[in-house]
Amino acid sequence: MSNYNQEMIEKYRGNFLKEVQDNVEEGDWVKMCMQCGVCSGSCPLGPHWEHPPQEIFMMIRAGKRDEVLQSSSMWMCTSCYNCIARCPRGLPITHIMHGLATYSKRLGLAPKNQPTAKFAQLFWDNLTRTGRVNELKLGLSLYFMNGFSEGIKTALKMKDIGLGMLKTKRMTPMEILGGHGCKDKKGFHAMLKKAQEIEEARIGKSGS
Amino acid sequence: MSEVIATNQTILVVGGGISGQTAALEAAECGKQVILVEKTPSLGGRVSQLYKYFPKLCHPKCGLEINLRRIKANRNVRVMTLTEVTSISGDAGNYSVTLKTSPRYVNENCTSCGACGDAVEAEFDDEYNYGLGKRKGAYLPYNQAYPERYVLDPAIVGTEDAEKAKAACKYDAIDLDMGEEETTITVGAVIWATGWKPYDAGKIQPYGYDRFANVITSVEFERMLDPHGPTGGKILRPSDGKEAKDVAFIQCAGSRDKNHLKHCSRICCMASLKQTTYLREQFGDEGKGTVYYIDIRAIDRIDDFYQNIKNDPNMTFIKSKVASITEDKETGNPVLHGVDTEGYHRYSNPHDLVVLAIGMEPSVPAGDFPMEVVLNEEGFVELDEANGAFFAAGCSSDALDVNRAVQSATASALRAIQVVNKVAGAEG
Ligand SMILES: Cc1cc2nc3c(=O)[nH]c(=O)nc-3n(C[C@H](O)[C@H](O)[C@H](O)COP(=O)(O)OP(=O)(O)OC[C@H]3O[C@@H](n4cnc5c(N)ncnc54)[C@H](O)[C@@H]3O)c2cc1C
Ligand code: SF4
Ligand code: SF4
Ligand code: SF4
Ligand code: SF4
Repeated sequence: MSNYNQEMIEKYRGNFLKEVQDNVEEGDWVKMCMQCGVCSGSCPLGPHWEHPPQEIFMMIRAGKRDEVLQSSSMWMCTSCYNCIARCPRGLPITHIMHGLATYSKRLGLAPKNQPTAKFAQLFWDNLTRTGRVNELKLGLSLYFMNGFSEGIKTALKMKDIGLGMLKTKRMTPMEILGGHGCKDKKGFHAMLKKAQEIEEARIGKSGS
Repeated sequence: MSEVIATNQTILVVGGGISGQTAALEAAECGKQVILVEKTPSLGGRVSQLYKYFPKLCHPKCGLEINLRRIKANRNVRVMTLTEVTSISGDAGNYSVTLKTSPRYVNENCTSCGACGDAVEAEFDDEYNYGLGKRKGAYLPYNQAYPERYVLDPAIVGTEDAEKAKAACKYDAIDLDMGEEETTITVGAVIWATGWKPYDAGKIQPYGYDRFANVITSVEFERMLDPHGPTGGKILRPSDGKEAKDVAFIQCAGSRDKNHLKHCSRICCMASLKQTTYLREQFGDEGKGTVYYIDIRAIDRIDDFYQNIKNDPNMTFIKSKVASITEDKETGNPVLHGVDTEGYHRYSNPHDLVVLAIGMEPSVPAGDFPMEVVLNEEGFVELDEANGAFFAAGCSSDALDVNRAVQSATASALRAIQVVNKVAGAEG
């Protein structure tokens, strides 16, 4: 991973905007930002971000590669789409935020212990095992994400909701035994593998 | 109404604002026959609704007055108010045009003594003041309106008010039997000078124009300054009538935005800069202005104007498009929220009053033209051969300041003159 990072640094030699355009989903749009600030002002999470979207776009143009890619900011996006609805230039800001997050993870630069990133990984691992999300296990792993005692506390706090879900058959305790999966698990895994190959080839192409 | 005489050497000018007046005068003073039609009861257009003109900060009425004097003095111009064009057919040099004239219910005998206005009771939103005040059902559209003649609102005709007005008139000027008239004329060329209208501010949902009393538009702000206007020339808050000494201006309200008008309206930066001077004029050192902007587009020689205002310690410039406005229920103050671009600071700033520098769009929507006309993406009339001898003047061609509108009007007049000269040449 860090080799890949090194490779990209050498390839783009400080032209971070170009790097983003080539490697980040919808990254081409970044240059269209006119720095009006409406996205940052309309983002409900905005006050809690280190760098709101408008600032990230400026930092990209200013070549602040490390600051952007190591930032936790784009991991804060909840995909509420407020910014997209409001941007006078029509930038797909939400998608760019997710694109940046994905790219930083691919490079191995994503902040360690960032909760959204951690949860995303848990979700992915859970889903890809059987092709179906195992809500019970996902819930539990989420509770214990920050350690055992923290997990017990959260589990107790959430106990009533959990029991309610069991009662209304929204969740079954049997899931703990492995749970249900999709019909063709083998085919599903083959599909993921293929998708991974295509993705790697694409990255390889823009990375070469 | 006496017979309207027109031939294919006549030039029809549609719209009696500064551009239409200019085009009509240029052509008439070159000896051409001109018919000038205006939809409302009087000439003047939106310039008559401005308090002062940038860049010189003189009073626009003075320029309009000179034009009116020239129009009155020129026998080649025939003015028809309350008139619209319903259809145009034919080709350059030979158009058949249908005009529809709505009844004024007041004839030439009117001395504008005002007795009818005093006699009637019904009141209506005053369109001249963008609905900021009320006018009577018998009214003079505005102080110094031309023709200087009263109008009856069609809504009072058939009511007791109309009879009261008629009874009050000592000059036999009120004629309740007037009806709509249709006239068909032949003209050689058409100059389209129907101007612009402010973008509907209510559509900019996060700014709450339709929810908060103290959020107004730039055109309404101009009306407030008029000594004959709805507040008697005072800058007052609509919510409680208090003096508004701390005023915020929001630039690009409805312009440069793919959700609204895509184009830059070009004059609103200058208009807001001009309007900040009204604060100092009225409140001296107590007047404070804050301009929220993306970038200031002060056109050419006007940059000095910007620098001077920037140097005024009472004026603040914040580089940021405001994201949303809320209202402080206790004070009635609008609170502006956003993030600035110089440092990315998050702000929530209360002000007494907010003025939206509202965008300009064509007054005639794309589907409403009386003939097929080539328009650009924003609905402004293009200079295109396919339009034949249909030429746009002023803000029907683009968002322009008066200086440029008048230049465009002169250009259109010259184009129209060439067409009718050709007709005259062919007919020997
Ligand atoms: C807030 C604000 C402040 C401004 N301040 C300044 C300033 O200080 N200096 C400056 O240079 N410019 C200023 N402008 C710009 C100025 O208002 C325009 O340049 C000017 O109005 C253009 O004149 P016009 O004749 O083209 O259009 P208009 O003034 O819109 O006139 C059009 C006329 O056509 C009539 N009409 C419309 N439709 C029809 C129809 N279908 N049939 C017949 N008649 C019709 C209308 O009733 C009107 O009389 C300002 C604009 C704004 C928004
Ligand atoms: S709203 Fe759009 S144009 Fe404005 S700063 Fe955000 S991304 Fe840039
Ligand atoms: S989609 Fe993401 S970046 Fe956009 S407003 Fe919502 S949280 Fe903020
Ligand atoms: S219509 Fe008659 S009463 Fe009314 S202003 Fe004219 S002259 Fe006076
Ligand atoms: S002139 Fe200024 S306020 Fe008006 S649209 Fe252009 S940049 Fe915005």
